[in-house]
Amino acid sequence: MAIRTIDKTAKNLVLTVQDYSLFAFRAFTNLFRPPIYWPEFLVQADIIGFGSISIVVLTGLSTGGVLALQSAATLSAFGATAVTGRFVSLTMIRELGPILTGVMVSGRNASSMASELGSMVVTEQIDAMRALGVDPLRKLVTPRIAASICMLFFLTIVSDACGIAGGGLVTVFMNHQNGTQYLDMAWEHLRYPDIIQGLVKPLFFGYILSSIGCFYGMRTTGGTQGVGRSTIQAVVWASVLIIFVDFLLTQVLLTLFQ
Amino acid sequence: MNETPDSESPATAPETAAGPVVAFHNVSVAFDGPPVLDDVSFSVAPGETRILLGPAGVGKSVLLKLANGLLRPDQGSVLLFGEDISGMPEERLLPLRTRVGMVFQEGALFDSLSVRDNVAYQLIQERVPNDRIDRRVRKALRFVELEETFDLFPASLSGGMRRRVAIARAFIRQPELLLYDSPTGGLDPLTSTTIIELIVKERDVYHTPSIMVTHRLQDAFILCNHRFDEAAGRMVPLPAGETDPNTTFLMLDDGRLIFDGSLRELVKSRNPFVREFLQ
Repeated sequence: MAIRTIDKTAKNLVLTVQDYSLFAFRAFTNLFRPPIYWPEFLVQADIIGFGSISIVVLTGLSTGGVLALQSAATLSAFGATAVTGRFVSLTMIRELGPILTGVMVSGRNASSMASELGSMVVTEQIDAMRALGVDPLRKLVTPRIAASICMLFFLTIVSDACGIAGGGLVTVFMNHQNGTQYLDMAWEHLRYPDIIQGLVKPLFFGYILSSIGCFYGMRTTGGTQGVGRSTIQAVVWASVLIIFVDFLLTQVLLTLFQ
Repeated sequence: MNETPDSESPATAPETAAGPVVAFHNVSVAFDGPPVLDDVSFSVAPGETRILLGPAGVGKSVLLKLANGLLRPDQGSVLLFGEDISGMPEERLLPLRTRVGMVFQEGALFDSLSVRDNVAYQLIQERVPNDRIDRRVRKALRFVELEETFDLFPASLSGGMRRRVAIARAFIRQPELLLYDSPTGGLDPLTSTTIIELIVKERDVYHTPSIMVTHRLQDAFILCNHRFDEAAGRMVPLPAGETDPNTTFLMLDDGRLIFDGSLRELVKSRNPFVREFLQ
């Protein structure tokens, strides 16, 4: 009985990976083939981009502040509190900005994509769309993926800027250090490879969170309970994949730029 | 519903004047278990209305989805307008589906769109000018006697009204085939009769071939025993003993097609399941 369960679970996992690969490939190739639904893209860009600004700003400010607090406490032991700015800016731009933005936006948008599309599946709206001669993958999925990739890129820049600003505020008002020195250190030691590393990652994260959200939404079964299940799976898998792909990307990018 | 030939005619001219509009050949399909449909064969001729009867869960909706390629058979072939759609890629199926109108069980209206945008969905995709869309939507809504719902959203409509809007959406492009999936399911008898009257009107005024899935015998019999009187603008009963010659029956039991014939043959059938279903 246990072996049968393991066998079934393994088969389901392999099938899900296969289905996701095909789905993600088709959705990706659709980005470059007409028809492209620009109005849907703009609506999604507004929902994903503008709608996520508040959480990205708050997360960025808090993370930058925490980084400044923690690093100053450690660096003061070596008399090197002056490099707080460098530490905060590099950490935010290379790593924390992209990954925190990816995870936060996936929590907000992968879940909403899965639940929205899942509800459409269980109420036969997706079938109705196909019956009316419209490809739901092009009409619903591709605009969400394009908008996520595009907006996550800009949201990461916002998050980086807020992180550095948050670190600066803590440095000046709580650690009572020189703000100009903080900004100089943050700016002077930045190199193009650091910025490229930080801005390549959100392109992948945007693709992951939207394709996972849409994938689980589109394969929803089992009524409203199924919608809830899809939403949870979308958030969990999008977050896990973002963190795992971040590890791989960091390895590759560090190899490339060293 | 026809206005001008250029604006209202179907996207593509019918190619199957002689042959069947839909033909199933030995179709079987299963989903992780016993077959839902097993070796099903039948066809729908031009101008013919086929009523698909059977209790809940025997594969009626699956059959309807196979008819326009929303599902694919495991075995056998489905011909739509003379083309085998069993293995046809989705990209080629999409334009073919624009020639078919489908009414889903619960209407399947798009929640986020107004009634106008729901009914005009295909026309909007085809970038038809707005004034022409409005005119055609109003005409389609007038057909289902719901013109006042033009600006409303589906959430503010009753179950019966949603079903009628779904019918208007299916009719608007004057399809060459209509598929009704339990259009009266869950509705009160009065609203059901209104819906059946619309189907009779479509059948007798535009002669569009169709498949109607239902498990309600009274709806099937009304469809068979009535005609639409255009002069009176309402459905009237046919003389006693007469039935519509183009309206015939199919019956499914446990995934198998157990009956294919006229109303007269249905009521005289000796098949025990048919007898039990009729009683």
